[in-house]
Amino acid sequence: MASDTDIQQLEAAALKDLDAASDIAALEEWRVGYLGRKGRLTGLLRGLSSLSIEERRTVGRAANELKERLEEAHEARRHAVEEARVEQVIVGERRDVTLPGPPLPRGRLHPITQTMRDIVASLSGMGFQVAEGPEIEWDRYNFEALRIPQDHPARDMWDTLWIDYEKDGRRPMLMRTHTSPNQIRVMEQREPPIRIIVPGKCYRFEATDATHEWMLTQVEGLAVDEGISLADLKGTLAEFARQMFGRDRKVGFRCDYFPFVEPGMECRIDCFICRGDGCRTCHHSGWIEILGAGMVHPEILANAGYDPERYTGFAFGMGVERIAMLRYGVDDIRHFYSNDLRFLRQF
Amino acid sequence: MRVPLRWLSEYVDLVLDPEELARRLTTAGVEVGEIISAGDWQNIVVGEVVKLDKHPNADRLTLPTVDIGGGEQRQVVCGAPNIAVGQKIAYAAVGARLIDGHSGEPTVLRKAKIRGVESQGMVCSEKELGLGEAHEGILVLSPEAPTGAPLADVLGDTVFDFDLTPNRPDLFSMLGIAREVAALTGQKVRDPSIQYEEKGAAAKGRAKVSIADPDLCPRYVGAIIDDVKIGPSPDWMQERLTAAGLRPINNIVDITNYVMLETGQPLHAFDYDRLAKHHIIVRRAEAGEKMELIDGSKHTLTNEMLLIADAERSVAVAGVMGGFDSEVTKETKTVLLEAANFNGPNIRRTSQALKVRTDASTRFEKGLSQHLPPIAAARAVKLMVEHAGGRAAKGVIDVHPGKAKEGRVTVTMERLVRVLGMEPSTARVREILTALGFGARWMPPDRFVVRVPYWRTDVSIADDVIEEIARIEGYDQLPTSQLRGEIPELVPQPRRDLRERVRDALADAGMQEIITYSLTDLESLQKVLPKEELAVAPPLRVSNPLSRQWEYARTTLRHALLDTLASNLRGDQSLISLFEMACVYLPREDDLPDEVEMAFGVVSGREPDRWGRPTGEPAGFYAAKSRLDHVFSALRMTADYREAKESAYLPGRTAEVFVGGDRVGLIGEVHPQVVERFDIGREVAMFEVNLDALLPHVSEIVHFQPVSPYPAVEEDLAIVVGEDVPAGRVLELIRASNLVANVSVFDVYSGDPIAAGKKSLAFAISYQAEGKTLSDAEVAKERGRIVERLQRELDAELRA
Repeated sequence: MASDTDIQQLEAAALKDLDAASDIAALEEWRVGYLGRKGRLTGLLRGLSSLSIEERRTVGRAANELKERLEEAHEARRHAVEEARVEQVIVGERRDVTLPGPPLPRGRLHPITQTMRDIVASLSGMGFQVAEGPEIEWDRYNFEALRIPQDHPARDMWDTLWIDYEKDGRRPMLMRTHTSPNQIRVMEQREPPIRIIVPGKCYRFEATDATHEWMLTQVEGLAVDEGISLADLKGTLAEFARQMFGRDRKVGFRCDYFPFVEPGMECRIDCFICRGDGCRTCHHSGWIEILGAGMVHPEILANAGYDPERYTGFAFGMGVERIAMLRYGVDDIRHFYSNDLRFLRQF
Repeated sequence: MRVPLRWLSEYVDLVLDPEELARRLTTAGVEVGEIISAGDWQNIVVGEVVKLDKHPNADRLTLPTVDIGGGEQRQVVCGAPNIAVGQKIAYAAVGARLIDGHSGEPTVLRKAKIRGVESQGMVCSEKELGLGEAHEGILVLSPEAPTGAPLADVLGDTVFDFDLTPNRPDLFSMLGIAREVAALTGQKVRDPSIQYEEKGAAAKGRAKVSIADPDLCPRYVGAIIDDVKIGPSPDWMQERLTAAGLRPINNIVDITNYVMLETGQPLHAFDYDRLAKHHIIVRRAEAGEKMELIDGSKHTLTNEMLLIADAERSVAVAGVMGGFDSEVTKETKTVLLEAANFNGPNIRRTSQALKVRTDASTRFEKGLSQHLPPIAAARAVKLMVEHAGGRAAKGVIDVHPGKAKEGRVTVTMERLVRVLGMEPSTARVREILTALGFGARWMPPDRFVVRVPYWRTDVSIADDVIEEIARIEGYDQLPTSQLRGEIPELVPQPRRDLRERVRDALADAGMQEIITYSLTDLESLQKVLPKEELAVAPPLRVSNPLSRQWEYARTTLRHALLDTLASNLRGDQSLISLFEMACVYLPREDDLPDEVEMAFGVVSGREPDRWGRPTGEPAGFYAAKSRLDHVFSALRMTADYREAKESAYLPGRTAEVFVGGDRVGLIGEVHPQVVERFDIGREVAMFEVNLDALLPHVSEIVHFQPVSPYPAVEEDLAIVVGEDVPAGRVLELIRASNLVANVSVFDVYSGDPIAAGKKSLAFAISYQAEGKTLSDAEVAKERGRIVERLQRELDAELRA
């Protein structure tokens, strides 16, 4: 039997309990206890069935009004509790913003990998595609096909580590001394137009010092097509150099010799230290050499089966370590492969 | 090649200051590697010895009085035996910077009393001036040196040390450099005089030259000089040779060296009377023939090598070095001077085989002009007549079996434009070529016929001539453009793409990339590979290793990672995780090795706590596995791990890694014995993945799966199985249910109350059907089926 008195009592008890609920869990318990499917207010309404229609309407309206009031009170209370909780967090649980978060592991790529990626990205943007070749090579590709025959004095430019393998009284296998042999491999397989870059490790029979390593990383470039001139080579290298070293750099060229190009050249940028005035770093020339290049020798095009009257091309090659040293200001090339984490973690 | 500018200025006027001249030369391809300023002397002047007194307290010392100009005189103490009145000498005042004659260190001259007599300065030796090694006596200057003049004005010089390219043998000479300087600065070259009076008997008939191998010796010029008086060469010649880096020996040898430096043509002087039958025979050596060279070294020759012989024996290794038996000595009266042309590659092969590299061989090997020998011979004869008192024979013996054609090259304007990307004026082309000594005739309408000067053996095609124009004009003056043309079709690079993705994933997993050397030693490989493997498949060896440390092409990277780890331990427990991507070289019969692309990683140390301190669990198998799985996750692959035994790895903590049924790698804790071999005092876990084996399983395309709109039912399931049952096997059976959308293991437990020999495994399972919401009953039924299967297959029990 439900009556007005019951409703009043229920309301008083509910509001008292609500006041006592001081956190979200207690509030939820309260809500289930009074307003839930099996709650006390629901139980009270269920008791209405024994009343007359008249009474049912009156008590029912009162009960529904009570339900609305309790819901409002619950909402208000919940709001207050939440605010109090936030207040507690703000006042009592402040974070020392200067303390570190828990560590997340951080791995880094080797500076040579990073530099290589920048080089490849720059040249990819100019339409050059990567084409890789073997590190252990035949003399034929590393030297002979590049116009450096047996007993040619230019072989002194690439002191060689030879593989202990003899055939017909010769040692035909070697650790490649440059990435240029892949020029030949690609030209044997493809027709112009060609625009490739060959990244990879190379090896020299060379004593190490601050600027020489016996293992080094190179990027070779080759473009062959109709109408490619020295002007295009200069433009490509100048754009590359400015992308790598900054748009305000001066880029210059001087004549140099490589048996597989004619004319041959060296690309250089103004010295970082003296900006072109001449200092010890640049041997008083004002320039820092960054790579060798030239127009592909017509004999090499002809050997690849291309018509050298129709096609011209250019090739260039650079040492990634050198580029990395210049970019990062590393003063000794031996840092790169000594793999001291105190060095590597700086990049 | 060292070029003293004073000497160079004999052949061309130097109108630019040295730095600017060096820049221009370098830009034109004639690289000045270093500018050496010899004689940066201060407070040192030319003095004249006007009086020589005895030292009162020492027999070996004298007290010269030196006139130092301006009417001033100084008395100094001197110990040199060669000092004499009337000499011009180098006088150093107090404060001058000198080289200490005994220690060789730089020093500053101070006021001093020597055996009781004050010395007002000093008379200097060559060594004290930094000019050479001589310290036995003082340096005596030319009588023409003006008294009082700064020594720098008399002796000082700037030397260019060139880094020359092997295509330009002509530049290994004063004249060659002078020609470049002339072309670059608009000056004229002054050729040295080759005129002399032939006062002797005719050369013909007095000596005979036979060339047995004309392919290796296209030309041989022999000149005879009688009645030479062997003695020191003139001071100026000695000074020049010294400045160029050669040691003066005697007038005849000095003249051959001088003319070689002047013209680029190596010469050799034989003692005519020591040549049997005065017969020069140029022939290949007989195999096993022995010879002692001027430097005292003894050699056994092969029949690849070219010799100069007389009627009885060999007298020189052609183009490399003369023999001990026929060299010019103090007793020599008549000289037979050789000026020959030899085959470059042959000389190079011989010089390398004998390990004798000389100024002659480095010139010959680059291919000298056949026109040069008579010119150089005439120049040397002239100097021998003037400075060795000789009488030149009439004429020379000139045997020239292999005449080379004069070089002519046609250069079309079309080619010039094609290569340079611009059209130079015909006048400018002719101007440049003429300045370099080429003959350039314009043949209208469109081409030049270019005559190549004899010394330019490197120029044979049109593009060679075009380079001449470009380098003298200056590459920086030529136009610049960007590639136009079609961009070639993309050729996919799956191997590289995979490598770079794995690299990123490993760095992303917190690992530091390293790059180590591709070559190693056998000991390193033996530390990490089983002996049998090295015996069956020995690694490729380098025949001329730089060091024993770098002798073999590696077949693994295990040693490299462990070495790098060891070298980076800093005595704490910090976590170190390293990886490297590189090829290993697996030998193949009569072919290049298989270069297999590998990724290796190591992890060692304790995991960091909330503060980053290494206080967590020591990283082991699971630490390595989470990193490797990170890679597979990045590649959207699932790997299976199967327990395995592998050398270098610790049994029970090692697995083979499979992807799509292929074995792609290994993972495990490194065997403690191996760890010890690398002096790493803590546990290490390692993995190695063969990227070439992984490559076929890479799928670039992700196939989108629709997200189910029906809710999944999440449940936990705990079972008890035998300790040996791998969790992966259980997972596999649970996953076999087609209502299981996802399952993962979240607890492993053994111990009370689980029976001995058993373990409890807990799984979080997510049930989901394709087209509907699963009811509780359906989930319960499927769970029942799974449990039943686990009981049947693995003897598993549901954990109570």
